[in-house]
Amino acid sequence: MSASITTVSHPFVDALVAGGRALPASAASWLNTRRAAALERANALSVPTTRDEEWRFTDLAPLNHLHYGLPVADTAPVDVAAYIVPEAALRLTFVDGVYAPSLSNSGSVQAGATVSTLAEALKANAAWIEPHLASHAGFNKQVFTALNTAWLRDGAVVHLAKNTVLSEPLHLLFITTQKNAATCPRCLIVAESGAECIVIEDYVATTRDAYFTNAVTEIAVASNARVSHVRLQRESGQAVHIASCAVSLAKDASYVSQSIAFGARLSRFNLDVIHHGEGAQAAIDGLALISGKQCADTHTTMDHAHPNGRCTQLHKTIVGDEAHAVFNGKVLVRKDAQLTNSAQQSRNLLLSGKARVDTKPQLEIFADDVKCAHGATVGQLDAEQLFYLKSRGLPDTQARNLLTFAFGAEIVHRIPIPSLVAQLERAVMAQTQASV
Amino acid sequence: MINSNAKTMLEIRGLTATVAGVTILKGIDLTVRAGEVHAIMGPNGSGKSTLAKVLAGHPAYEVTGGSVLFEGKDLFALTAEARARAGLFLGFQYPVEIPGVSNSSFLRLAYNTVQGARGKDELDPLEFDDYVREKMKQLEMSAEFLDRSVNDGFSGGEKKRNEILQMAILEPHLAILDETDSGLDIDALRIVAGGVNKLLTADNACVLVTHYQRLLNYITPDYVHVMEGGRIIKTGDKALALELEARGYDWLLDAKAAA
Repeated sequence: MSASITTVSHPFVDALVAGGRALPASAASWLNTRRAAALERANALSVPTTRDEEWRFTDLAPLNHLHYGLPVADTAPVDVAAYIVPEAALRLTFVDGVYAPSLSNSGSVQAGATVSTLAEALKANAAWIEPHLASHAGFNKQVFTALNTAWLRDGAVVHLAKNTVLSEPLHLLFITTQKNAATCPRCLIVAESGAECIVIEDYVATTRDAYFTNAVTEIAVASNARVSHVRLQRESGQAVHIASCAVSLAKDASYVSQSIAFGARLSRFNLDVIHHGEGAQAAIDGLALISGKQCADTHTTMDHAHPNGRCTQLHKTIVGDEAHAVFNGKVLVRKDAQLTNSAQQSRNLLLSGKARVDTKPQLEIFADDVKCAHGATVGQLDAEQLFYLKSRGLPDTQARNLLTFAFGAEIVHRIPIPSLVAQLERAVMAQTQASV
Repeated sequence: MINSNAKTMLEIRGLTATVAGVTILKGIDLTVRAGEVHAIMGPNGSGKSTLAKVLAGHPAYEVTGGSVLFEGKDLFALTAEARARAGLFLGFQYPVEIPGVSNSSFLRLAYNTVQGARGKDELDPLEFDDYVREKMKQLEMSAEFLDRSVNDGFSGGEKKRNEILQMAILEPHLAILDETDSGLDIDALRIVAGGVNKLLTADNACVLVTHYQRLLNYITPDYVHVMEGGRIIKTGDKALALELEARGYDWLLDAKAAA
């Protein structure tokens, strides 16, 4: 549970709060109300420190040394060629927090699907937004979610009407180009009953400097609907990336995600999945591949409140140099969530003597007829696998490189988009081979 | 086939070995010549699999005494990978699953490494694909096994076929097959044994570690050795395997105790 937060406010919070205050009012009064409430919380809350249990292993001090500000309007051309996913039906691109139509490919999606900016959807008075936006991602205790919500004016929205099935993925691309820019990307994905889609949420940079991304994503999956979510954090090596994703699952809904963290000097990703109906299923996998002095922190919560829920989770980290990975995987099985079946694995590979991992499975079970397995390993490569490869003639270094690659590739191979798999395989290859 | 003038492939003298401080091999002597098939049988825990792993260089086992010459060279002077490149092959009792490494790239890396060590040309992915598909056909393996991760999700029989596929592409001088027959149904056993038989020539040799006689119905051994308590306690021809099948091991153990 969250400890009391006693720190004083920080310059960047003040700057962001001031920016939120300066935003013009929206035409949607409910949105103004939510923004105002979030602003109030952003003012009241302070930045957590390592004295806060939820932030025990991740020191946010790097945030203090930087002078973040609003990105300035910039018309310099941005090359997105490297990030194009050929399989995607369409792409919404945001540059330094602002929608860039010229870099987007809004193509056409089938009837029943809406993929647009939040601003456009609000303009069209889409009735489906109000029940979901800023209602799944709580901001009462989370200063970063409060800041993002206080700032809320645009973002990417996906809505699938009942039984709408999109077989081609949708690509939501967020690019940062400016040093010291602070952006608050926002995504909302709503799949009505029986609908299906694959969404790629992708954070990249053309600058190598420090900047701050504070992202919030909300995903609502109605009964029998299915959302596949690929989250790629490929920020600059100096960036701070803080993100929350709140997923709400109705009866027999399904959510499958792969969250990949390669970039950022400091990253924190909170994934909170709540089962709001019986028989919901989630498969949430993650891979953090870091080196240098990077810190990648993943906190997940799987909240089973109804019977017959299923959840599998495989979270992996590959940590080189003096990097530091953190994983906290909470599984909550409430009293009524009988016959829940949950399996969580945390697997961590340290490539150097100074690399560090803190991993903490956290099970809280209040139902008596459930199956909950969890396990964590931290260490070196598997000795039997290593011997098997060497017994076929592979030299020691090559065998180790191959196994390190495979350790990461296992998660990458679960991504349902071949071009991304190939691209990420190359990234895993480059990083794992260099480290040995 | 026995030819006493054939080249000596493996010469084991007084071999002792431990695992986690426990002595498992207590003095093994064995000579294998080119063209020969040896079966090593014995009850559970007699040290058969340990012998196989020690020869292949498994890091958990420590050699504490004796010597092994492989084609005249000191085997223990070679790393596990160097033994493989020199032509020694271990077919695993429990082939290891490696999620994330495709079987095709694994097979090609192994092939090219061993070919390179023999001064032969390596194959690029397309050339290798043709080559390996031909070998797979002989083992009645579907080409889909190339795209899957190494042994990951394979059935017991599929794993064993994958072992023999590796033997087929690496063309070892000496193959040690550790309980290759375990977990195989009769059709799979026939295919696997047929694959091994095709690979046996007058210039190579094979050591079969097996618990049961049934594999020897398909691969005819020139010698049958019985291990017990870390030693070879009896050596005979294929008739010994049939006798063991009929009478079990107890009579041998009793005879040893009486001696």
